[in-house]
Amino acid sequence: MTTATIEAASNRLAHQRDSGPAPTRIVVAYGFWIFILSDIVMFSALFAAYAVLAGNTAGGPTGADLFNVRNVFLMTMCLLVSSYTCGLGALSAEQRKPERFLIFAAPTFVLGAAFLFLEISEFVGMIDKGAGPSRSAFLSAFFTLVGMHGAHVSAGLIWLIYMVAQVVAKGLRAAVLRRLLCFSLFWHALDIVWIGVMTLVYLMEVQ
Amino acid sequence: MDGDDRLLDDRTPGVEEHESTASVLSYTVGLGLAIVATIASFIVAQTNLLWPPGIPVGLIVLALAQIGVHLVFFLHLGSGPDHTNNILALAFGVLIVFLVIGGSIWIIANLNANMTAMPTH
Repeated sequence: MTTATIEAASNRLAHQRDSGPAPTRIVVAYGFWIFILSDIVMFSALFAAYAVLAGNTAGGPTGADLFNVRNVFLMTMCLLVSSYTCGLGALSAEQRKPERFLIFAAPTFVLGAAFLFLEISEFVGMIDKGAGPSRSAFLSAFFTLVGMHGAHVSAGLIWLIYMVAQVVAKGLRAAVLRRLLCFSLFWHALDIVWIGVMTLVYLMEVQ
Repeated sequence: MDGDDRLLDDRTPGVEEHESTASVLSYTVGLGLAIVATIASFIVAQTNLLWPPGIPVGLIVLALAQIGVHLVFFLHLGSGPDHTNNILALAFGVLIVFLVIGGSIWIIANLNANMTAMPTH
């Protein structure tokens, strides 16, 4: 260790002790994190409703009759890889490389849209079979929970288009970088909610 | 060294400072682990590799592991001083989620068990 490093380390300690307010980036990320957690608490109410109502099929089709495991696996992979490219995009933005950010934003959007397409075609197929949300309490809870996640993904896609437009129009200035940070937090959080949906809704039923 | 030098200049509060813990490697490792956990969940759900009554528990364990992978490798939740508040908020969120889900299942199952048989129409 050189003396310069030691000096830097002790300076950093001093910096932490009497630094005043935290940097805007930290504060913004914290505030958005609180929003995400409250969103997850809302999802937990829908999960609870689903868990309570899952057995009440009112003589109608059960999850095992309706769910297609291959479709669910494809949707999961779309969302996972989309999360990965979103992370790489956020990384490129942080390194102030707008072109690379745009290159990574494209697969993020396409995979998110593919997820949404698979989900909507699943919903349409179920409604065609007479298994719409009004068929049974199980299906009401299913459409509410999975549909709410799909609505979040749709909102995320619109937000992504908006962020791409901002990066193109304004460049990677500090405020745009903070919004991008919030967007990637949101996108990763949706992936976490989907793990819950995949496990509790689909895999528990088809086993 | 570069990062340390920049910190020294950044003495004004509220000024952006970029000390990113993320890297392409950490995202790639995260993706790999997440894919392994996902495939494992699908295998566990569809085969009798696990003792069948234990499958739900296995699935929940795999889901929690994958959520952990996402938090660490994608959301970069670490143990650094910047993350103390984030971790505390997460802990509170997890508490509420378990109260809501666990409490609902418990109460409704209890009500269900104590229900008198409904007259059939």
